[in-house]
Amino acid sequence: MQPIRIIESRTVVLPYTNIDTDQIIPARFLTTTTKEGLGKQAFADWRYDASGAPRADFILNKPEARGCEILVAGRNFGCGSSREHAPWALLDFGFKAVISTEIADIFRNNALKNGLLPIVIDETTHRWLLDNPGAQVRIDLERTAVELPTGVSVTFPIEAFARYCLLNGIDELGFLLKQSEAIARYEQTH
Amino acid sequence: MNAKTLFEKVWERHEVVPETPDTPAVLYIDLHLVHEVTSPQAFSLLRSMGLKVRRKDRTLATMDHSTPTDPDEVFGRVPIKVESAARQVKQLEQNCREFGIELLGLDSDQRGIVHVIGPELGATQPGKTIVCGDSHTATHGAFGALAFGIGTTEVGHVLATQCLLQRRPKTLGIEVSGRLKPGVTAKDLILAIIGKIGVSGGTGHVIEYRGSAIEALSMEERMTVCNMSIEGGARAGMIAPDETTFAYLKGRRFAPQGEAWERAVEDWRTLKSDPGAQFDRSISLDADAIEPMITYGTNPGMVIPITGTVPDRPDDAIHAKALAYMGLNGGDRLLGKPIQVVFVGSCTNARLSDLELAARVMKGRKVAPGVRVLVVPGSQQVKREAEARGLAKIFQDAGAEWRESGCSMCIGMNGDVVEKGHYSVSTSNRNFEGRQGTGARTLLASPATAAAAAITGKITDPREFLAA
Repeated sequence: MQPIRIIESRTVVLPYTNIDTDQIIPARFLTTTTKEGLGKQAFADWRYDASGAPRADFILNKPEARGCEILVAGRNFGCGSSREHAPWALLDFGFKAVISTEIADIFRNNALKNGLLPIVIDETTHRWLLDNPGAQVRIDLERTAVELPTGVSVTFPIEAFARYCLLNGIDELGFLLKQSEAIARYEQTH
Repeated sequence: MNAKTLFEKVWERHEVVPETPDTPAVLYIDLHLVHEVTSPQAFSLLRSMGLKVRRKDRTLATMDHSTPTDPDEVFGRVPIKVESAARQVKQLEQNCREFGIELLGLDSDQRGIVHVIGPELGATQPGKTIVCGDSHTATHGAFGALAFGIGTTEVGHVLATQCLLQRRPKTLGIEVSGRLKPGVTAKDLILAIIGKIGVSGGTGHVIEYRGSAIEALSMEERMTVCNMSIEGGARAGMIAPDETTFAYLKGRRFAPQGEAWERAVEDWRTLKSDPGAQFDRSISLDADAIEPMITYGTNPGMVIPITGTVPDRPDDAIHAKALAYMGLNGGDRLLGKPIQVVFVGSCTNARLSDLELAARVMKGRKVAPGVRVLVVPGSQQVKREAEARGLAKIFQDAGAEWRESGCSMCIGMNGDVVEKGHYSVSTSNRNFEGRQGTGARTLLASPATAAAAAITGKITDPREFLAA
């Protein structure tokens, strides 16, 4: 995995609460056996009409969404199923971070393991981001800070080990594999 | 000694390495359930790194999510219609062969929805840590196991190391006093709980359900409650094991036998929250106050008593969006509203007692004209038992479709879908937009409420059919 330090981009705003993983990628696309190419199916039922044509009024289809790496969404983003296809689809679409006031547990774990930053911030900052779509925002993982173009900078919580792995491009599986002696000892005594 | 919660006891037994400020705990996993949809990429990872499955004996695979429920497709008399699903089934067969994992495949009489067969086979046991690449793994917590859903990367971690890196979650105690009234089911109880805490009320927490109303539930009812913990945002929900639990497990395929059984039960009796144990948060509710519940919106927290009216929130744009999707208005009564589809199935409500309840309502009656009713048993074992007890015949005589087991119309991956704009009263667990098919409008309810709607063709209070 590539190390992540700074993400700097304009935002795309989806102002809905409780965006579930069935919206992020509908179940009918989960019959794939690979991780690749899921970006075109991200938010498929919001993005395309019944004939498969892009809906011009949906934000991700608008020209201003092109190249945006930061998704700002309403509270409780990523609720529902454990499908890791959700972060795979968002990453493949081009997002590198999701900002909300609350992010569902399983989605957050899945996002961290793939290098998609799940960022939980306070309501005031979140309100500003919802009200200012397209704002140029800088996320500094080293300082765990979100910096707004207004000069406001707020910190966000992130699990220490996940942050370490992301900053250094380290895969958590490598760490677990190094625990094999401790695991073997546990297995002998349990 | 400190008073501990059930969760803390199970967690501490499984710490290979406790957590520190810098690193999460290395948590040992006793049972890993695998299915066809969330595992292919994990096996590919193992293959690319030259890794083996560390504990084949703690890994059990089945097929449920994208598998057909039409017997001709299941038993190979015709090809599986959804080609990509057929490839996924083949892939799991190949992966299990290559890595030496027991697979309860399409031709197995022990196959079924992963959260139905784990308990049914006795693989789910008190005090175990159980994971699966599926958020409804919370179901197994009904036995006093710590069970939660994981993503595919973590599926790979468990296959390779039998461990996960985990931060210790917080605990939420939900005390349910009193007793459910006649005609009110475990599904109504969990919908009422989610309505109370909201769809993210349990985020970051493991729930323990306790109190007299919980203790009075059968194992199948407890599974229905724990199953939907994730719909309240909690990755896991637990219930302390008791005599009901032990009686359910005794004699099942993977349950300990003979002296080992006695020792296990003695240990399992210690798995309950000590008097005075502290939860990070606690809430309580009274079971006697709960009515049959039904959802009206696009998440399971948007739920009302079946006799109630859809909440009217003129200033809430998100509420309005959900109601527009559902074709409903604030202030609408749901009773009497015509529906087009009824689905009795899923890991929430497709066990034998669920089918018995639906059959009680449908016995000697006919499905309303124009309503499609799909009854999908949770496992092949449930299917056989339902056929032996005459339940399948009741459904078929009424005009319902009776299928092979699988997730089916809960997730709509196998071609069992609800048409755009149609209302589906479903015993499943999610009413998200498009969950049962693009544009489908799902109303979550109990098997009794679903069966009553099947007969009348309208949203109906099931108590009309359940009076003696």
